[in-house]
Amino acid sequence: MTVKLVPDVNAEKRIDPATRRLVRTGVDTVLNPYDEYAIEAALQLKEKLGEGTTVTVFSMAPESGKETVRKALAMGADDAVMLTDAGLEGSDVWDTAFALAQGLKKHGFDLVICGSLSDDGSTGGVPGAIAEYLGVPGFTNARHLDVADGRLRVQRETDNGYQTVSGPLPALVSVTMAVGEPRYASLKGIMGAKKKTIAVQTPADAGIAQPLGASGAKTELLEFAPPPARSKARVVTAEDGPSGAAAIFEFLKEKKLA
Amino acid sequence: MTAVASKRTGNPDPVDFLDIDALLSGEERMVRDLVRDYVRDRILPNVAEWFESGRIPRDLGRELGKLGLLGMHLEGYGCPGASAVAYGLACMELEAGDSGVRSFASVQGSLAMFAIHRWGSEVQKSEWLPRMAKGEALGCFGLTEPDFGSNPAGMRTFARRDGSDWVLNGTKMWITNGGIADVAIVWAQSDDGIRGFCVPSGTKGFAANEIHRKLSLRASVTSELVLSDCRLPEAAAFPEVRGLRGPLACLNEARYGIIWGSMGAARACYETALGYAKTREQFGRHIGAFQITQEKLVNMLLELNKGTLLALHIGRMKDQHRAHPHHVSFGKLNNVREALRIAREARTILGANGVTLEYPVIRHMNNLESVLTYEGTSEVHTLILGEAITGEAAFA
Ligand SMILES: Cc1cc2nc3c(=O)[nH]c(=O)nc-3n(C[C@H](O)[C@H](O)[C@H](O)COP(=O)(O)OP(=O)(O)OC[C@H]3O[C@@H](n4cnc5c(N)ncnc54)[C@H](O)[C@@H]3O)c2cc1C
Repeated sequence: MTVKLVPDVNAEKRIDPATRRLVRTGVDTVLNPYDEYAIEAALQLKEKLGEGTTVTVFSMAPESGKETVRKALAMGADDAVMLTDAGLEGSDVWDTAFALAQGLKKHGFDLVICGSLSDDGSTGGVPGAIAEYLGVPGFTNARHLDVADGRLRVQRETDNGYQTVSGPLPALVSVTMAVGEPRYASLKGIMGAKKKTIAVQTPADAGIAQPLGASGAKTELLEFAPPPARSKARVVTAEDGPSGAAAIFEFLKEKKLA
Repeated sequence: MTAVASKRTGNPDPVDFLDIDALLSGEERMVRDLVRDYVRDRILPNVAEWFESGRIPRDLGRELGKLGLLGMHLEGYGCPGASAVAYGLACMELEAGDSGVRSFASVQGSLAMFAIHRWGSEVQKSEWLPRMAKGEALGCFGLTEPDFGSNPAGMRTFARRDGSDWVLNGTKMWITNGGIADVAIVWAQSDDGIRGFCVPSGTKGFAANEIHRKLSLRASVTSELVLSDCRLPEAAAFPEVRGLRGPLACLNEARYGIIWGSMGAARACYETALGYAKTREQFGRHIGAFQITQEKLVNMLLELNKGTLLALHIGRMKDQHRAHPHHVSFGKLNNVREALRIAREARTILGANGVTLEYPVIRHMNNLESVLTYEGTSEVHTLILGEAITGEAAFA
């Protein structure tokens, strides 16, 4: 499964005006919280399919992120591959997906499981793009997945329910938070994680020839701005009596909820 | 402690001011984060309720067992064999939740399991330890008696020989987890000196009565154990150990955990007080802008960071087998005393809010009164250190 390392979700985020990139130095890195659901989904599947199933953590990240990747191993993944190179820094959605797809191809896989979003970039574009570059069916926003007889069956979340779709393996799935709360690591898992391998892959190892990263990006960030301050909430209390009820009704009507 | 937000500005973190985090290994930080996340998700939302109703869910054992935290510093028999520092960090995070929760883990791992691991027969070890590590079986540790607390050598509980059996009579008092334990480690006088026994809770002649109306460590079961002609086979006795050396070795383990745990409680109080001081306004400004509040907070900051460094130092010594029981007395005495001061000071900063269970402070403050007393009172540790430096025993 793929994981991204993101700045601590509670840390204040800052964009460097010169590079227009998120400042990642001096902030602790954590596993992208959405990817913890991908790990959970992968481990559930492994528990179901039993021995002979290997869960590999695949991450494009600087080598300094090893400690964070190890957390995924402590949760129960078998091993990890880190695609690492300074030249990959600043990759956009396409380059990230391309590089990961190359790396995954090189490593080999039956099923790729991704989180549906990253906490920092929040584009949600990478899983679909990886599937495209891999040339395998891509099932996004899965709330449940199952593998049987070499086929994948997925429940895809929609706005008002879910669709059940199935397709052949190899394939790619991105999962939502509905797959189940990510498990805690255990002390044994943590102590065992140091014996598991984290292999390092360079772009050359992955057979990537063209320049990627900031120089190869197809997209350019033109402008950025902090989110506008939220306006004060309207407060209606019991003291407002019937006029309060009317105000709530008007509000719901305005939002097309009533 | 995590040093996150303020790394950017270059200022030290307001909690982990000395960046003690940087002295931990990646693995140690992972253990710390695991327990911290667990406490945030499962303990903090419920513990005020447990405290108020004076109970602790029995299921806590299985949860802590699943995380691998019960007997985590023991090796073999299903125990992970973590370092003393990792164990300490777990105690710190558990007690940042509640001293009752940390006591639960301490009694299980450092008193009951440690006693079996250190002094038990092979049969006792394989019978109890794997289940206790999983939290499927709970243990308690009965040393204190109604009339013998600081002076356990005088204990009256007696184990009499009857053929190849033992017959135990006596009363143990203030026994954490007594009423929920599956096995009680009971220390008793015998013709052969003090001996230790594994007493399964279903044994005829064994009863545990819960002690009510505590105003401290309420999220913890405390019981009286009554042994009346409680008959046990020879195999229930710890084979080798005689004398107070047996229980004292266990107490040394649990006391070590308290050095860290107390700083967890202190950190929770300090963080709460700091947050409160930065938002509560009086006279048109934050109360944190008043000099007296700042002095209180700074004194708390100093002792919290010094105490945490001390815990880590003694932990590293323990991992190198250089920690003497006197070092553990040093840590327990200092850190519990300072944690209690921090809690009381934090209480004042919260004003009236400081006396409710809406905030964790008074809960920690009340809990720490028990922590000050059990595992050797602060007076006893003072006298142990007094004897260590003068060569004169003032307490015997
Ligand atoms: C919540 C809680 C849980 C506990 N859990 C357990 C448990 O699981 N297992 C267990 O065995 N025990 C347990 N204890 C008991 C605890 O260890 C004892 O309370 C402690 O050892 C003190 O004994 P005491 O209460 O009899 O006080 P005492 O020994 O009577 O002491 C009273 C006061 O006199 C002081 N004092 C005593 N002797 C001297 C001296 N020579 N010089 C100076 N001052 C002295 C003490 O420091 C104290 O201030 C628990 C206690 C509490 C409160």
